[in-house]
Amino acid sequence: MNTQRRPVLEPEYGPAHVEFTPEMKKTHTILVPMMLPIHFEMLCEIFRQQGYKVELLRTTHRGIVDEGLKNVHNDTCYPALLVIGQLMDALKSGKYDLHHTALLITQTGGGCRASNYLSLLRKALHNAGMGYIPVVSLNFSGLEKNSGFLVSTPTLVKAAFALTYGDMLMWLSNQCRPYEKNPGETQRVVDRWTQELTNQCRSPRFLFVEKNFRRILRDFSAIQLVEKPHVRVGIVGEIYMKYAALGNNALEDFLVSQGAEPVVSGVSDFVLYCLRNGVFDHRLYGLNPAAGFVWNVAGGYLLARQKQMIRAIRENGRFRPPALFTTLETLVEGVIGTGAKMGEGWLLTSEMLELLHSGVDNIVCTQPFGCLPNHIVAKGMIRKIREAHPQANIVAVDYDPGATRINQENRIKLMLATAFQRAGVSPEPAAPQHVPAPAAEESHSISSQPVGAAV
Amino acid sequence: MTYTVGIDIGSTTLKCVVLDENGDILYKSYERHFSRVRSMTLEKLREIHPLLGEDPVRLAITGSAGLGVAEKSGLSFVQEVFATSGAARRWYPETDAVIELGGEDAKIIFLSGTPEERMNSSCAGGTGSFIDQMAALLAVDLNTLDTLSLQHTCIYPIASRCGVFAKTDIQPLINQGARKEDLAASIFQAVVDQTIAGLAQGRPITGHVLFLGGPLAFLQGLRERFIETLRLDKRHAHFPDLAPYFVALGAAVYAESLSPRPFANIEAALEAAAASSERPQGLEPLFRDEAEYEAFLRRHRSADVPAGEIEAYTGNVYIGIDAGSTTTKLAVIDEDERLLYSHYCRNEGSPLDVVLRELRGLYDRFGDRVTVGGSAATGYGEELMLGAFGVDVGVVETVAHYTAARHFCPDVSFILDIGGQDMKCFYIRDGAIDSVLLNEACSSGCGSFLETFAGSMGKRIDEFARLGLFAQNPVDLGTRCTVFMNSSVKQAQKEGAPIEDISAGLSMSVVKNALYKVIRVHSPEELGECVVVQGGTFLNDSVLRAFERELGRDVVRPQIAGLMGAYGAALLAKERSGGVSHLIGREELRDFRHESRPVTCSGCTNRCHLTVNTFPGGRRFISGNKCERPVSGERSTDLPNLYRFKRNLIAALPQAEARRGTIGIPLVLNMVENLPFWNTFFGELGFKVLVSEPSTQRLYASGQATIPSDTVCFPAKLVHGHIQNLLDHGATAIFYPCMTYNFDEGMSDNHFNCPVVAYYPEVIRGNLPLPPDVRFFYPYISLDDCAVFCRRILETLHELDPDIRPREVRAAAEKAYAALEEHRAAIRAEGKRAIRYAREKGLRTIILAGRPYHADPLINHGIDNLIASLGFVILSEDALEPLPEYHKLGVLNQWTYHARMYNAARTCFTLPDTELVQLVSFGCGIDAITTDELRELLRSGGKLYTQIKIDEINNLGAVKIRLRSLLAAMEDRERTEEIQ
Repeated sequence: MNTQRRPVLEPEYGPAHVEFTPEMKKTHTILVPMMLPIHFEMLCEIFRQQGYKVELLRTTHRGIVDEGLKNVHNDTCYPALLVIGQLMDALKSGKYDLHHTALLITQTGGGCRASNYLSLLRKALHNAGMGYIPVVSLNFSGLEKNSGFLVSTPTLVKAAFALTYGDMLMWLSNQCRPYEKNPGETQRVVDRWTQELTNQCRSPRFLFVEKNFRRILRDFSAIQLVEKPHVRVGIVGEIYMKYAALGNNALEDFLVSQGAEPVVSGVSDFVLYCLRNGVFDHRLYGLNPAAGFVWNVAGGYLLARQKQMIRAIRENGRFRPPALFTTLETLVEGVIGTGAKMGEGWLLTSEMLELLHSGVDNIVCTQPFGCLPNHIVAKGMIRKIREAHPQANIVAVDYDPGATRINQENRIKLMLATAFQRAGVSPEPAAPQHVPAPAAEESHSISSQPVGAAV
Repeated sequence: MTYTVGIDIGSTTLKCVVLDENGDILYKSYERHFSRVRSMTLEKLREIHPLLGEDPVRLAITGSAGLGVAEKSGLSFVQEVFATSGAARRWYPETDAVIELGGEDAKIIFLSGTPEERMNSSCAGGTGSFIDQMAALLAVDLNTLDTLSLQHTCIYPIASRCGVFAKTDIQPLINQGARKEDLAASIFQAVVDQTIAGLAQGRPITGHVLFLGGPLAFLQGLRERFIETLRLDKRHAHFPDLAPYFVALGAAVYAESLSPRPFANIEAALEAAAASSERPQGLEPLFRDEAEYEAFLRRHRSADVPAGEIEAYTGNVYIGIDAGSTTTKLAVIDEDERLLYSHYCRNEGSPLDVVLRELRGLYDRFGDRVTVGGSAATGYGEELMLGAFGVDVGVVETVAHYTAARHFCPDVSFILDIGGQDMKCFYIRDGAIDSVLLNEACSSGCGSFLETFAGSMGKRIDEFARLGLFAQNPVDLGTRCTVFMNSSVKQAQKEGAPIEDISAGLSMSVVKNALYKVIRVHSPEELGECVVVQGGTFLNDSVLRAFERELGRDVVRPQIAGLMGAYGAALLAKERSGGVSHLIGREELRDFRHESRPVTCSGCTNRCHLTVNTFPGGRRFISGNKCERPVSGERSTDLPNLYRFKRNLIAALPQAEARRGTIGIPLVLNMVENLPFWNTFFGELGFKVLVSEPSTQRLYASGQATIPSDTVCFPAKLVHGHIQNLLDHGATAIFYPCMTYNFDEGMSDNHFNCPVVAYYPEVIRGNLPLPPDVRFFYPYISLDDCAVFCRRILETLHELDPDIRPREVRAAAEKAYAALEEHRAAIRAEGKRAIRYAREKGLRTIILAGRPYHADPLINHGIDNLIASLGFVILSEDALEPLPEYHKLGVLNQWTYHARMYNAARTCFTLPDTELVQLVSFGCGIDAITTDELRELLRSGGKLYTQIKIDEINNLGAVKIRLRSLLAAMEDRERTEEIQ
């Protein structure tokens, strides 16, 4: 219809676009908000190798939420509030020379409002009188470019490795942590390997995945575990809420403290999903003719790493391997169209299905309060999923700055109560805090089924 | 002898049950805990000690506040819903479903079939505390509310999603004089609807239903509503005597599986828990010491008005009435603007009676010395006052407040008013009101919230507020709606916070809510030099202090903070009346009588529930109307109204013959705009197009039960009703495509639909059970490229009829594109005509910027008619031509529908006497981005920004305030321009 292009003008109000120039590479420290500690640590190191000064923010205090509330429209989704809050909080901490600091934020470029985090951050900076601070957009959809921030091909290759390593460490640690005999042992292995891989980034050893995979698996296999029934709980959801402990009130730790094993699939799937959507866009709407090529090259490369990881885990034999991305795509057939590509889109639905197929019936579905795509692909699909899988024990949890932990945990506990009952175990007693240890109170034998509550 | 103990610690009460070895109930108790959660648990345990003897005990704790106790003490905890289902299976094994309403939770448990347990999501109060709040609103106790409800004659529709919303619906009904009997029953019905729609979500509640929880145990009226709505009979509806103890019983049942522990051991664990008061770092205290408080009081005492005595005065007086939502305020001033008399009291459900009593009293005191020179009314009850007592002038609240504030602070730059139910704030720029912000229904943690909260802790509000002044470690609570605050308080109680810290924390929450949620202030400088705060809530020193603290500067709080509306009205009465008042006279007042009855208007499809009030002298006052029709007997004016035009255009679409069959199309979301396309496309191919009927409340209700996400926007929720409507009309094929992309109109960075518009068909497919013979087509397609569309749609068409040829499709598509272009051109032509018309007649114009589906009268609640009745010409965002240039924005402009709003805003710059009003769907995440950007854009062009949030609520009161304030601001501007 009205498709003729009009002359494009810049806005005459609001924050100006401050370019991250090549000179800034030397002078400016780029602050990166946290989502996945293991992965991001490695990714930052890879950028450092390219000559950037990068700092990953590890702050977790309440001030982050307050900064977010002050600087972002309160109806904006919680991840935006936290990410921008964390960056603003860092800028105001006095730790950084503001005239030599830049910020990095991702832009997915989809139809979800997450693509606007960058604009919201610029507005926040502008309103706080820090409009001179450059913001770098990390995107692969050509939304915005900075002359001084370029991602080289070797960096991309290394990033693919970093993602796979990160996914593997996360995946294996979740299979050990709930059962470890010596508390903290799993985390020590994770920390050691994160450190080791971060160091390796600089050497070609980083690329010898098979060797690294074997060594990682060997170390995790060496962790001493205790025998106890397995109650697995999958975590799916909006990407930030799914992974970031700051967002989901450390959901993984909470599940472990309750005696459950979290099952958290890797972030490579999300990257593959984004690449794959280009192919669907072409198929459905004739858009983006180069997508097939990109998928074959970039997607193929990452997929190959995922396959290597799965193979290594299988060969080791001690741990359950994750599902291959291509499996996820076939699982959603007949449930949701793969054209649903905003936010986590069909990937979220397929992750729930994959969990159910692999025998993980208990699922926490996390989302920011009022998340638009999740009305469709998460809450909107639960009924359909339950029809096909009556055993599905799913709880949808909303996160926002006002929601309290008790409210969320109470709902999760309801899901857990059913999960434990089905597994034939009574849940652990709440871990006593600062109280003289009570005498052995409950037996955790399988025979101690709760009376009168058989599901 | 080993006994089993179950303790249920809820948000307000502690329940305890002891079972003997045979599982028989030996002891049960039910008490309020007044937040003394841990110590009370310990006391309870010691109390039942003699009963338990010295043998080891099995004990389990449950309940929302019990979680903390269990965590601290290391005692066993069982989730409360889980506990309930255990108890139900033991004592009522035939039960199919359990409905439990608690203080703040609502739960449904399905026991037969696939067992399922559901709790209300965090955004869905509407339970025990909601009923408490409503009773307080009607100024009755729970028993009276219950008795009243049994005598209802009609039920008003009340938004049932969340307690706060329902409140917004009820308030105007109260002010309009609706019968308390009907209101009481409507309140219960809202709770029922919410439970069924929000929790059951399409799963039928049948068979034996067990009703549990305090409200259902005590309230006959609530039971009646449930039984009637669920169509249960006596045999199937069970209200056990044990209901209040049920969760505790469940905990005891659970405890039977635990190993026994020595009593002393349990006691020690609880003692340790009660003694430990480890809490997270709270906020800074409001006042360090008495001296600081004194200085604060002294500073604020200076903002006062001179007072006089009625008895010592002779001459004209001016009366201002502020009939607010929960309180009625009245001020009488003399010629020198001295305050002779004032009155501030709760409405107790009937503002009319309050004013009647006051006026009678005043006339008695006036004697022959004093005459009324003028009167003015403002607030929610403004029109009622005008109708009932013949008050001379009606003033919009914002203007009244500004007038009063200017009196204290001539350079006032910002006014914040926090009343009982609502929060208003506005900026003053160049002496005119600019940017009125009202709290949306979801953030109304205002005065009455504090009051109800104080009550639930057994304190009066002033007492409660005073406790907070010197709290040492105020708790950090959330900043969202009351439901969230309630659970934040729960959390604090769990952590052992004393009432002082909770009080101070609540005051701070109310303030943060105002600053960050309503005003969204970035820095104090934005508010200008002189900030005036008023409204009854600011008489609370804790709130005032919290506000100054949070803002980091001093503000002005007039001593008559609660009276400002009335005082402003009195000032305006003096300014505007010609010296002669038509206020009801002494004689007429003596035998003043009034009657109100509910009527359903049959003027149009809106079917408004009207309340007709009749007063002496034949004066009538009709309320609840969305247009002028029932009042004046006429249609709202014939001024150009693009919304009406668009509705008529859609209604007049031609229908093709059913050569190849019939295809159903829901008239929802993007289908509204694209209907001319689909109608022609399918018509050309030989399908009769069956379009769903115009939205009505009943249509909405018919699909309400299958909505899976209660926080999605109203236009999306309405889709369920439209699909149901198609099914009811026998549609066997329904076409509703998924459309990621919209048209690229060349004025945005991308051309997406929002995620909800794009993929809602998936939700329908997944949640609305379709009969086996109905085919639902929801292909992923885009209309942006004709060739691609033709190729993609063929697949779907072949399922309908394999004989359809590509050539036919191509021809039909070309005609369809032409039809759509024609349709859009007609809208733009009407837009041009409207602009011309406004220019010729010198009329003011409003660009009502929303999405195409906002033309649906049920979605916009007749807002366009309301605007028209104020004398505006109405344009829509899609009636304006794309500007010759595309200006980029501060944000990523990537949604087609939203891009049109930005285009409309820029067009607005060029049109005189024209302002833009943005329609925002509640829950629209994208509008969180567009609203701020539109505001900034409009300001950059010297225009005002007005936002109207729409939802299921059909209360136009707040909308009217905004629009009238906008009108007043436009008039002010014109006056200033004339002077210049």
